[in-house]
Amino acid sequence: MSINEIQDEIIDEFSLFSDWMEKYEYIIDLGKQLPLIDEKYKDEEHLIKGCQSRVWLHAGLDGDKVVFTADSDAVITKGIIALLIRVLSNQPAEEVAKSDLYFIGRIGLKEHLSPTRSNGLVSMVKQMKMYGLALHAKN
Amino acid sequence: MAVIAKKGFDVEKLRSDFPLLQTMMNGKPIAFLDSAASSQKPTRVIEAMDTYYREKHANVHRGVYQLSQEATTAYENARELARAFINAPSAHEVIFVRGCTEGINLVAATFGRRFLDAGSEVLISAMEHHSNIVPWQMACEDKGAKLKVIPVNEKGELVMEEFERLLSDKVKIVAITHVSNTLGTINPIEEIVEKAHDRGIPVLVDGAQAIPHMQVDVQALGADFYAFSGHKMFGPTGIGVLYGKEEWLNALPPYQGGGEMIETVTFEKTTYNELPHKFEAGTPDIAGAIGLGAAIEYIQSIGYDAIHAHEAELLDYATQGLQQVEGIRFIGTAREKASVVSFLADGIHPYDLGTILDKLGIAVRTGHHCTQPLMDQFCIPGTVRASLAFYNNKNDIDRLVDGVKRAVAMLR
Ligand SMILES: Cc1ncc(COP(=O)(O)O)c(C=O)c1O
Repeated sequence: MSINEIQDEIIDEFSLFSDWMEKYEYIIDLGKQLPLIDEKYKDEEHLIKGCQSRVWLHAGLDGDKVVFTADSDAVITKGIIALLIRVLSNQPAEEVAKSDLYFIGRIGLKEHLSPTRSNGLVSMVKQMKMYGLALHAKN
Repeated sequence: MAVIAKKGFDVEKLRSDFPLLQTMMNGKPIAFLDSAASSQKPTRVIEAMDTYYREKHANVHRGVYQLSQEATTAYENARELARAFINAPSAHEVIFVRGCTEGINLVAATFGRRFLDAGSEVLISAMEHHSNIVPWQMACEDKGAKLKVIPVNEKGELVMEEFERLLSDKVKIVAITHVSNTLGTINPIEEIVEKAHDRGIPVLVDGAQAIPHMQVDVQALGADFYAFSGHKMFGPTGIGVLYGKEEWLNALPPYQGGGEMIETVTFEKTTYNELPHKFEAGTPDIAGAIGLGAAIEYIQSIGYDAIHAHEAELLDYATQGLQQVEGIRFIGTAREKASVVSFLADGIHPYDLGTILDKLGIAVRTGHHCTQPLMDQFCIPGTVRASLAFYNNKNDIDRLVDGVKRAVAMLR
């Protein structure tokens, strides 16, 4: 599936939730699932500092596709990371670089990607696109 | 005692003075528990500033015309209100600044320039807000001086024996918070000042978190400098006070240059105006000062005894309520404590807890509260902090406790 197809699929899924509680319970569930990153990458080098929560991000290549793994110490942040990875991981580097992540606003989580929230997610998305750009250039 | 002090205190009536407390957050009536970050404003303050701009505004200390004279009188009247409020000996020892941060920067920069050198030391504590760390670090770096830190014990109290040990003749100034914004600890300022003065060392007190909760008497405390912000004491943002003893303020060089702070200017040499104008370069925040004056009158109309009695009761109520939540850990359990509750729930990140509380209409602060070194000492990434003002009621606390229970159930 393309990046936008996955985004539309997530929007569809979220339209089933009737209130914020159900939505957050789902995100928390996603966040509680196993670590999304190899422990060895949870170091200074892969750390994205947010004032509120910390995020670790690693990018690798599988052919022309970028594979992202990431983690956070806050479970809601981690749940949102799981969604971001579902959308952007295993996609062509070029597509990652030019992606428009409209799903976050449409499922009502825009506030978590606001720079004032300082949870590391804004920097993480920026970083993911930069990896896309760099890996595309390298190919 | 509490009953006597609270006579005539009606929290519901007081709440109706604050328009923002009548609003909604995420579709729920707001439970505002973040007054330590910034407090809400009573109508009286809002109206004082509104009236000033509509009817009284002109620049101060300049015009010969009536309107400017009136604006000057209103501005200087606010200074007199601030003087009486903290019992400063004279109004020219009250400098209007942008806030507590600017007050501390003013002293750190000018004191540093005049009195610090390589080999001298500045003594602060481990519970300081970044505003009372970084300006001193900058001043020390400039002169090759050293920053020394009084440690804090596991309850969040200063280790006074260490303070005495660190108080050597190399120390040129002690800069210490009156009340910790993260832990709520009330520090023994009189004792600190007395010990420092025994060695002829001046003391700056960061009063940002004390002034909303307790009567501050700078003469009784003996502080040489005392700084606080208007916006944390129900006044406007952008205004604050730096009190300084006359002899110290005269001994310091000016901070910023510009209009107002000069006596005569030639290209060869400028002579400086007298206190307080020497430290108030440029057009000041006139409306802010007037708003601050209104906030002072408002606090005085309630009285600190009643405020304290109510807040102490709420603090107890909140602590007991939260204690029922399994795995709750309080950060900051000092014997002398202002109405701040910092806590963590076992295995739950403060950010997650704060996010769920936000959805429930409950405003708390999460994170390190600008006290990173303190968080490092407790080996935690941050806390959830509920900070109370006199306008909070038991319903706010009930909602907090229920909210935390609900969030914990979702997050564990
Ligand atoms: C203890 C303490 N000092 C200083 C400050 C800085 O105050 P302001 O940002 O109003 O200058 C704060 C504000 O959070 C504080 O809590």
